Order: sequence, then C-alpha cells, then structure tokens
Amino acid sequence: MPDSSVHTAQSAHEEHPAYLRHHFNSTVQQADAAGFAMWLFLLTEVMFFSGLFTAYLIYRNWYYPAFVSGSHQLNVVWGATNTVVLIFSSFTMAMGVWCAETRRRRGLVLCLTLTFFLGLCFLGIKTVEYREKIEKHHVPGFHYSLQSFLDPQSDPEVYAEYHDKPLVPDMARHTELYFSLYFLMTGMHALHMIIGIGILGFMIMRARAGAYTTGHVTFVENFGLYWHFVDIIWIYLFALLYLISRHQ
Amino acid sequence: MSEHTIVSLPDQATARIPKDNYITRENGLLSWLLTSDHKRIAILYLISLSFFFFIGGALAGLIRLELLTPQADLMATDTYNKVFTMHGVIMIFFFLVPSVPATLGNFFIPMMIGAKDLALPKINLLSWYLYMAGGLLALYTMAIGGVDTGWTFTTPLSTHYVNTNVLTTGLAAFIAGFSSILTGLNFIVTIHKMRAPGMTWFRLPLFIWAHYAASILMVLATPVVAIAILLIALERTLGIGVFDPTKGGDPLLFQHLFWFYSHPAVYIMILPGMGVISEVISTFSRKRVFGYTAVAFSSVAIAVFGFFVWAHHMFIMGISNYAVLVFSLLTMLVAVPSAIKIFNWTFTLYKGSITFETPMIYAFGFLGLFTIGGMTGVFLGSSGTDIHLTETYFIVAHFHFVMVGGMLMAFLAGIHFWWPKMTGRMYPEKLSQLAAVVTFIGFNLTFFPQFILGMLGMPRRYAAYPPEFQILNVFSTAGATILGVGYLLPVLYLVWSLRYGAIAGDNPWQATGLEWQTQSPPLTENFAVAPVMDHEAYDYEWLEKQQKEKGVASAG
Repeated sequence: MPDSSVHTAQSAHEEHPAYLRHHFNSTVQQADAAGFAMWLFLLTEVMFFSGLFTAYLIYRNWYYPAFVSGSHQLNVVWGATNTVVLIFSSFTMAMGVWCAETRRRRGLVLCLTLTFFLGLCFLGIKTVEYREKIEKHHVPGFHYSLQSFLDPQSDPEVYAEYHDKPLVPDMARHTELYFSLYFLMTGMHALHMIIGIGILGFMIMRARAGAYTTGHVTFVENFGLYWHFVDIIWIYLFALLYLISRHQ
Repeated sequence: MSEHTIVSLPDQATARIPKDNYITRENGLLSWLLTSDHKRIAILYLISLSFFFFIGGALAGLIRLELLTPQADLMATDTYNKVFTMHGVIMIFFFLVPSVPATLGNFFIPMMIGAKDLALPKINLLSWYLYMAGGLLALYTMAIGGVDTGWTFTTPLSTHYVNTNVLTTGLAAFIAGFSSILTGLNFIVTIHKMRAPGMTWFRLPLFIWAHYAASILMVLATPVVAIAILLIALERTLGIGVFDPTKGGDPLLFQHLFWFYSHPAVYIMILPGMGVISEVISTFSRKRVFGYTAVAFSSVAIAVFGFFVWAHHMFIMGISNYAVLVFSLLTMLVAVPSAIKIFNWTFTLYKGSITFETPMIYAFGFLGLFTIGGMTGVFLGSSGTDIHLTETYFIVAHFHFVMVGGMLMAFLAGIHFWWPKMTGRMYPEKLSQLAAVVTFIGFNLTFFPQFILGMLGMPRRYAAYPPEFQILNVFSTAGATILGVGYLLPVLYLVWSLRYGAIAGDNPWQATGLEWQTQSPPLTENFAVAPVMDHEAYDYEWLEKQQKEKGVASAG
C-alpha cells in the first residue's frame, strides 16, 4: 500500500525508492504484480456478477412478457443520463491516471474530485429512480403491487408511452422476479459505486498531500481499473434492464 | 526393518538452531498478529486450522457414537441434523479448503520459487483475519443453536422450512470464501511474477503446479458460491423469489450456482494434496517424478475439467436426461488426469531407492485410499449406478476416502515432511511411523464398511437405521476411535518435538527443492543470498555435486 510514497521525494537513488517493498527486486516487478493482482480481482468480480446474469438470463427467457412490462416501468431517460454520467466519470478517471503518471498534482486532484462528484451524481439519480419504484409498490416483498401490469391504464404515464396490454395474472406476478433482479443487480452495482466513492475520497485527501505524483502511481492506476469495471457493469445493466423491448 | 534411511542430521553435540530466524527475529504477540511474513502467517493458519479440525473431529465423533445403535438415543434427531451440518461446514470451509494451501502453500510457495515473500503480504494477513472472522462466526452459530440444513444449504429447506441459524452460517461461509479468493489470487500473482532467475515454468516443483491449478479454481469458482449464499440470505430475509417456485423462481438454479463452486471446491481441496505427494514420493525414492510434464498438466486438466462436471450432484434432481448424459461423460473424463498422476507416481517408485520415513508412509496411504476414492467416484459418475447409490452411505464413504483418506493423509505427509524446515527440529520417527499406520488402519475400518452400508441402501443423514445395519456401523464407530488416536498422536509428539526434537539441519531428507537449500528454520527473508535456479526440478545429481563441493570447501 502507498503509505511510504509520500516520503519518496527524499530518496535520492533511483534504483531503491522508499515505496519499493522489501520483497520485490524492482519497482517494475512491484507494479507488475499489483496490476496483475488487480486484473485477477476484477475476474473474481466478473464471476460474482455472473451468477446474477445467469439468473437474469434464465428468467428473462421463461417470463419474457413479464420482463418487458417490468422494464417499461423503468425510466430510460434517467438510465441513459446515468450511463452518460458514468462514462464521463470514466473519462475523468482516465485523465486522473494520466495526471498521476505525468506528475501533475493539481490536475490529479481536480480529476479525482470530478470523478467523485460524478459518482455521487449517479447515486443521486439512482435514488430518484428507486423512490419512484417504492411509491408505485414495485419493491418485491409483502407490499408488491401487480396493478400496473394487470391494468396498464391505471398507470397513465407508462401507458401513454408503450400501450402495454394487460398481462394474465400468472405472468403478471413474475414481474416481481424482474424487480428482484433489478434491485439485486443495480443494488450490487450501487454498492460497488459507494465503495469506489469512499476510496476516491481517501485518494483525494492523499493526492492533495502530494501522493501518487512522485512516480509511484500503482494505486491510482489500479483504482482506475476498478472504476472502469464498475462502469462496464453498468453499461450491461442498462442494456439488459432498461432496453429489453427495444429491438422490436 | 533394516536401517535404510536417507535422514542425515548434523552432529547433535555441536548442532544449534540458527540464532536469527523467522521465529526469533521479532517477539511478542503483536509481532505475530501484525506480521506480513508468509511463514508466520502460515503458522497462524496451522494453529487455527488444527483448532477447527479438532472441533469438526469432535462433531464427527458424536455422529459415530449416535450411529453405534439403530435407535436415535444419544441425541434428539434435530440435534443430530445440526451435528452433521456443523461437522460438514467446519471441516469443509474451515479445514479442508484452506488446509494445505494456507499452511504449507503459504510457507513454501515463495521459498520454492526463490522469492522473499508472497507478492501481496498484507492481503495474505487479511485473508487470515477473514478466515478467523468466518470461523469464529461459525462457532458462535454453533453456540446459539447451530443450523440443520446440511452443509449444502439446499433450497427451499434453507429458505422456507427451517428456523435455525442459516443466515449466520451462510455469512461465515461467505467470509471464509473471500479468504480463499485472496489466498488463490496471491498465489497466482506470486507464481507469475516472483520467480527467481532461472526458475522457468518447467523447473517449478510440482507442488507449485498443483497450487497454481487450485488457485485458479479458488479465484474463479468461489465468487459464484458467494453470490449463491447472498441470494439465499435475501430469499430468507426479503423473500426476493429467485429460488422460490411460488413466485416463479427455480430451486434448481441454486443447485447450479452452489455446485458450480462446490464441485470445483473438491479439487481445491485435493490438488494441493497431490502437490505434496509429488514432492514426498520423489524425495523418498530419490528419483525425478516420472513424467514431470504430464503430472504438471494433469493438475491443470483437473482444474479445467473440474469446472464442467458440477451437475453430477443433481442427477436425481430433475435435470434433463441429455444433461445427465453429458455431465456423466465429463465426470468420467476427470478420472483420466487423476489416473495419470497415480500411474506417474507409481512409475516414480519403480527402480527408485525407496525409504519408509513417515511422510512416505502417509503418501503410500494416500495412493491407496485416493485410488479407491477416485474409482468409486466413477461409479457415482455413471448415472445408472448413481441413482441407486446417491444419498446413501456410499456417497459418504466415497468423499471421505478422497477428502480424509486423500487430502488429510497428504496434509499429514506434508506437515511431517516440512516440519524440520518449519521448526528446525525432527519429530520422533518411530512414533510418527506408528501414527501413520494407525491412521491408515483406523481410516479403513471407519469408512470401508460405509461402502457396504451404502450398497445395502442405508441412507445418509438419519440418526436411526434398521437394526440389520448395526454390525457394520459398530465396525465404523470402532474404526473412528482408532482414527481419533491416529490424529491425536501427531499433535502430542509434534508439540513435544518443538522443544526436545533432534536438530534437523538444513536438509535432513537430502531433498532438492530450493526451500531445503537454506537454513531451518529459515530467515525472515528466506535466503541469505538470492537464489538462482541453474538445474531442473528433482535433480538429485545436482544436489550430490553441490554437497561434495560444500564438503571440500569446509574441509579445506
């Protein structure tokens, strides 16, 4: 971890900077190992999400009409906005890594702060969306309501856009499964965002103190990988959850 | 027996344990709890693993006592369910999965490849803390009443029908899973990035290859069981419906997700053991492992095939006949790399100079018991016999032959083999040979009757059984007592040896691995001079030449 990197300015000799941990032979080996470990960690994350994607795939095939009606309840505009927000945050993050590599402290702090606020912005929009679901009783559990699916005209906004036909009760109740997966997948993604934002806050503080811009950029680089990964997961979620009926 | 031995100890009158080593470098409890030295973490794991092993073992003892009589008389049937569940949970998640990798792997992977430490020492310590957190949570669960779903958390039993502590047990397994992921990740990075100059992939000891394969499984499979357990928890607390047929969910999905981890998990458990056996057999027959490349790749093959056989746990659960056909075939394919290993070890023995030190006796035990365990796996892999044998004691006997007869034998072989390196002292040879033989006899007496019981149709997981099965159950319980003695003995004499054992010197077995070419116990940084690998693995001629040169140097 980067605890010694702040003091590297003092270490005069190039071949043995203070951030080189004792068990590595060179800084290249150290950075290589950390980067490789990060990619492996992301691989475990892929496998973690893959369980949810499998469940989604199976139930979407079984209960396609329910999944279509469920996805019509999602607000594509908010979803698309969030996608743009996240992609932009990936850009600022990438710029942050570049700033760290080229040793621009102020640029790094600026980029990280932008990424931080874009992340918060994403979560804010997500909260608005979740609130809408809670108000319509679309959160799975005891209070789940089938009304929007048994009688689409009771939901004039959505009806005006999609003109959904009413589902038979047996199919309609499977919308609950759709929303279970929706909350699980976006919730798991949001959890990753929250953790990421927490780490960003920590990094901003350290970056202001001059860390990461002394040649030892492993931490920023690897966090960047994590942030892009969370971004990519969202792009999949957006397509799978919001855009189900778009190809018709 | 004649005095055939390769053990060469230094002159006990003058020999001393080196003053500066990884144990003496720092003192105090905190220096252990906050260490990032892979060797110290391995010792932490060894102590905590042994602790959990004896708790799991005590539970096994209770099971065997209950089954001494046909009636459920020692404990209530509900209690019995909890006892076998906790036995499974503790033994699998807190003993077998981390056993060899977290102790011997942690200690020797860096040393064998000539590195100073694992690539991520702090992550390594974190994985021990996660392991302990999970383990203590499991013990807490046991104290507040336990869980009775079986270690498989089968839905809808675990989500709808039991009121026991599914959540805390699930959380314990979840946390332990992350410990396992971090260990595997650390090993893969270390093996890729930390090898000494000259240590090419095909000069690696087979112990490393086996751990590499197991690590791939840990990294790829464990996250899937994590999500499966998470879904169980949410199903139980919020009723999300993913596994609930009344809401359109499918309990079979849980089975798929669970076994996608839990089948590869048995290879996580056995592969590192196979690595130990390769080292031991080569050392005590003074020969390079026959077909080095084949053995190395068979580890990888087991890992790869291991990912595509999970549905053989579900043959009677209503998956399609075609799926049964395919998974049955794939299951039998796993027997091929396993057999390659067994045959290659046997050929290694051929014309070797075999000696019967304790690790070798355990390794022979492994060869016999694992072969039986593996072969009966083929019976269970073919769907016809599986339908007759599944959910009977045949299954219990099969996986105990592989896990206990295979993995535990390998673990003990490894512990004895590397004990002199870890502690600098020898264990008492005669007593430990006795323990190895007692374990072997006790094991067979315990589990062989269970094959017959299974064939006769005695179902697993019941506290009571028809009286005609009693005689075989009595054999089995008697065997368990002997087995218990076999496991207690090493604890006693190994602890004794810490103080009174003969001083081992650098290389008591005359083994070729890099870990033997440094002092015992090793320095904190493992090697006084960074090693360069200039010979093949298991090159006993190189070792002889090396020692001759050393002898000349010290004489001159």
